Amino acid sequence: MSVLVGNDTKLVVSGITGREGTFHTLNNRAYGTNVVAGVTPGKGGQDVEGIPVFDTLHKAVDETGANTAMIFVPPRFAADAILEAEDAGIELIIAITEGIPAHDELRVFNHIQSKGTSRLVGPNCPGILSPGKANVGIIPASFFREGQVGVVSRSGTLTYQIGNELAQRGFGNSSIVGIGGDPVPGSNFIDIIKLFEADDQTELIVMSGEIGGDAEEQAAEYIKEHVTKPVIGYIAGFTAPPGKQMGHAGAIVSGSKGTAAAKAEALEACGVRVGRTPTAVADIAAEILGA
Amino acid sequence: MDLLEYQGKQLLSRHGVPVPSGKPAATVADAVAAAEEIGYPCVVKAQVQIGGRGKLGGIKVAANREEAEQYSNDILGMDIKGLTVQELWIEEASDIASEYYASIVFDRSAKSSLVMLSTKGGMDIEAVAEEDPTAIATLHVDPLIGFQAFHGRRLAFDAGVDADVIGPIGQMLAKLYETYVEEEALLIEVNPLIITADRELKALDAKVTLDGNALYRHADNAELSDPSAEDPQEKMAKERGLTYVKLDGNVGILGNGAGLVMSTLDVVAQAGGKPANFLDAGGGSKAEAITAACEVILSDPKVTAVLFNIFGGITRCDEVAKGLIEAFAQINPTVPFVVRLDGTNDVAGRELLAEANLPNVHTVATMLEAAEKVVELAS
Repeated sequence: MSVLVGNDTKLVVSGITGREGTFHTLNNRAYGTNVVAGVTPGKGGQDVEGIPVFDTLHKAVDETGANTAMIFVPPRFAADAILEAEDAGIELIIAITEGIPAHDELRVFNHIQSKGTSRLVGPNCPGILSPGKANVGIIPASFFREGQVGVVSRSGTLTYQIGNELAQRGFGNSSIVGIGGDPVPGSNFIDIIKLFEADDQTELIVMSGEIGGDAEEQAAEYIKEHVTKPVIGYIAGFTAPPGKQMGHAGAIVSGSKGTAAAKAEALEACGVRVGRTPTAVADIAAEILGA
Repeated sequence: MDLLEYQGKQLLSRHGVPVPSGKPAATVADAVAAAEEIGYPCVVKAQVQIGGRGKLGGIKVAANREEAEQYSNDILGMDIKGLTVQELWIEEASDIASEYYASIVFDRSAKSSLVMLSTKGGMDIEAVAEEDPTAIATLHVDPLIGFQAFHGRRLAFDAGVDADVIGPIGQMLAKLYETYVEEEALLIEVNPLIITADRELKALDAKVTLDGNALYRHADNAELSDPSAEDPQEKMAKERGLTYVKLDGNVGILGNGAGLVMSTLDVVAQAGGKPANFLDAGGGSKAEAITAACEVILSDPKVTAVLFNIFGGITRCDEVAKGLIEAFAQINPTVPFVVRLDGTNDVAGRELLAEANLPNVHTVATMLEAAEKVVELAS
């Protein structure tokens, strides 16, 4: 199997007619993802290379049975688009949009959680790739093939780097899940690790974290209690100075909290081996799985 | 975005939070004029975003015009922990009976907002939190319902505030929360929150952090700036739309994606080098952005070598190569470059660089090799 996206995915893209939206939607479809609809208010009835466009997400779901939404609208419209997808009954909402205001994210997260019917991945994430099955988002799929390593990461390009190091050792992936670099991600490490633990195809889990927040520390405790599969950790940002924002809105060290050293220590204390470079992660994977 | 004290106070004041009246001043003449208008005694306060300015002589009480002039003269241009004071805030002196502490923090871990209140204000609250955590009353506010009157009562009773200010403290917290939500702040801290001899509440200091992603909805706030905190390279990067953080080493670094750039800094440090900066050229960077990034990195005179670490997803490696070639044509760098290109259109990118045959540009295959090479060249 794989997690979250796969052969059952029926994708609707919110913001399909934007330049980036169109480009990545067509890439996803070319990879084999079942893209059933797009949404752009006012452009209902048109199509994007054969993909029907609807005015509202509700209409798209009614007509096509879409179960997964990808959010590709600009930041000022993104919270609304996510809430619309939730209201339309979409099970999995993947928000690629970067730069959504923090208070918007907070309201969206709490609303989705209180309703309890949808799962949000992102925002500010590269999406989810299940090699050989489906790609939803902007991950360059040609660098990855099907295999037994599940990857969950806060960063996009760093995921490609780690995936590439693994690929060079001959390891493929069950799924690659970008949870995003924002302060309030819809899904955290624990949510995704839970899925990998239950997934038959996944034999090894790689979690790639970075400075800021305490999601890695919480994951460490969870892994210790609940995860039987081997987990390898990586943390970016050992050289980041406190108080400076390193690109991702979530990547900021406040005082001694959220430092890379503290996170690596927390993971190791819970039995998770931590690679100090992306290459070292692949080395450990080779040791565990037998190269 | 962090605000200066007076900017924060003006923001709070717009939402009905009482603050002492005052005026900002960037020159001694303006400061004296402000002091004359406010009357004496008044307080001359250095406007820098750093704690402990009082102990370092950045806050003085002036009893008359001469003192106002002298203190303004002393404090303007003063160095406080590496920041040069460029602005003053001249404020009416307050008659302080008690010093409390109040704050609202965007709590990413709890996915809600944390409101704190303590009667032990005026000092280092982190020390209070450590020594006597029960002295700080805390509660989380569900963003879907917002700050209710009972939140205010609970905090006031839990913190043990003076009986006569229980109501007013609740109202003050409600106003702080209103400011926090409406201005889309990530932090509002009032320390001290004072009770005057006349039993009035006032925010005597204000530390406000606004969400940069929300500034498009707050045109007035977007214009606020802090001249003392602006580094020339960081300012240049901002004007060019690049995410740049200056560090103190000599290896200039450019990559795409925040995580990969942070990882690159780490790998360079592990190879024995000292990164000069963090620069995320972003997803889908075109050649012009790469050229602009080179200018920013090289404007730091400490840089002795530059590393490009690109793993192209949306970013196309041929665009990165074109940008670098253009940068060489425009600014003719004198320091060596190490370039690692992988991902989308990597072959085309490497071919472009090979054809251009730029002086002192080394192409390497992996991130580790790249780090080792740039460290060797930088020293």
